[in-house]
Amino acid sequence: MSNVDVVVTGLGATTPLGGDVASTWDAMLAGRSGVSTITAEWAEQLTVKIAAQLKVDPSEVIERVRMRRLDRSEAIALIAAKQAWADAGLEGSEIDKERLAVSLGSGIGGALTLLNQDDILEQSGQRKVSPHTVPMLMPNGPAAWVGIELGAQAGVHAMASACATGAEAMALGLDIIRSGRADVVLAGGTEAVIHPLPFAGFANMRAMSTRNDEPEKASRPWDKGRDGFVFGEGAGAVVLERAEHAKARGARVYARLAGAGITSDGFDIVQPDPECKGGARAMSRAIRDAGLTGADIVHVNAHATSTPVGDMGEIVGIKAAVGTHPVLTSTKSMSGHLLGAAGALESIATILAIRDSVVPPTINLDDPDERLDLDVAAHKARPLDIPAAMNNSFGFGGHNVALVFTRA
Amino acid sequence: MATRGEITSGLAEILEEVAGVNPDDVAEEKSFTDDLDVDSLSMVEVVVAAEEKFGVKIPDNEVQNLKTVGDAVSYIEANH
Repeated sequence: MSNVDVVVTGLGATTPLGGDVASTWDAMLAGRSGVSTITAEWAEQLTVKIAAQLKVDPSEVIERVRMRRLDRSEAIALIAAKQAWADAGLEGSEIDKERLAVSLGSGIGGALTLLNQDDILEQSGQRKVSPHTVPMLMPNGPAAWVGIELGAQAGVHAMASACATGAEAMALGLDIIRSGRADVVLAGGTEAVIHPLPFAGFANMRAMSTRNDEPEKASRPWDKGRDGFVFGEGAGAVVLERAEHAKARGARVYARLAGAGITSDGFDIVQPDPECKGGARAMSRAIRDAGLTGADIVHVNAHATSTPVGDMGEIVGIKAAVGTHPVLTSTKSMSGHLLGAAGALESIATILAIRDSVVPPTINLDDPDERLDLDVAAHKARPLDIPAAMNNSFGFGGHNVALVFTRA
Repeated sequence: MATRGEITSGLAEILEEVAGVNPDDVAEEKSFTDDLDVDSLSMVEVVVAAEEKFGVKIPDNEVQNLKTVGDAVSYIEANH
């Protein structure tokens, strides 16, 4: 437990469900799916032809010339960060930029640029390769652009922990404020690599759903018919702030980021530990870090990606670390799996669940796996008083991150 | 053979595409960096696009001499 309180004062996102937080949250509460058929020609040759594609293309928000020097993952990170910044009432504010940091990562980084520029190199030679290629593909690019946009001078950090990235970025933000290095941290995750190469790679791992004829039903965590995750793109960002700093400037507070737990499995590069021991340790640490006990956590926004193995392992972990009482959901049933942005978007969903006293639904849970013996808000949003909730994120490589948010 | 005016308007099109420069601001006396706000990376793009458009080769050691739009127009006029 730390004696420095950290609160969330701003939210931003652009997702397959909407171009901002309000529309994304509305879609979640309504149980809408953001998954659709990929219309690009390349999808014809692949076994997976569906994805959770951005509802609002970044080119509708960012001017054309600026887009030329931004990887798609950088563009949407900027969009989400600017929304969060404005939402926190910090636009045009006089806060001390030497006390402002950025913690924002991506699972795969600027691969879209890498692959597109490689095509140009092969077809047209060196001269035609964009001079912006390196800053567009470097994995710290999104964090760096956000840092430049906001003028952050207390450090810019780029996580890379696969599908735990967005959550780990929050955890680092919490550490930075607690350690006294900054008063405000823009924390988040971004991912935008809907391209045949990562699709082919994930498809060949048999990790992705091939329910091509029913895209909206493809992401179905804990359902017997689940056959893999649905690849998504999007970005989420939150403004984390030292509570006293937020209070001094009269900021609106959504929730507290009360605790975080980070562990690693030390087990396998892609397989999750079937008993979720590392995940459970992350959850226990986060709860302890928040000064709570498992009994206090009434809702868990689970990692549950709709893969046959991972979904059930997490259930074992939640029972071990939290108990059998929390109401679960997997918002990935609607948003798809945003990889490095998942933990950021799901943190936002957890924060808004606390604010609005409602658990967003898990859609498509028509025929639950027999081993699912916990309460899930299936099909419909469920009203629930939520003083404290947890968000789990796990990633390839054995990364486990749990975050505990509490009512401010 | 393109006239100086035609080369200038061709460059203006490229500058708009690459760097968002308003074509009305493009004139021979304007400096790429100081007046038109074209940074070094965008200048590389301008040069590559100009080579293609006007069928010229602009070697890297020439680029540093092209301070103004007029410098570029003269080089293209003399070499295409």
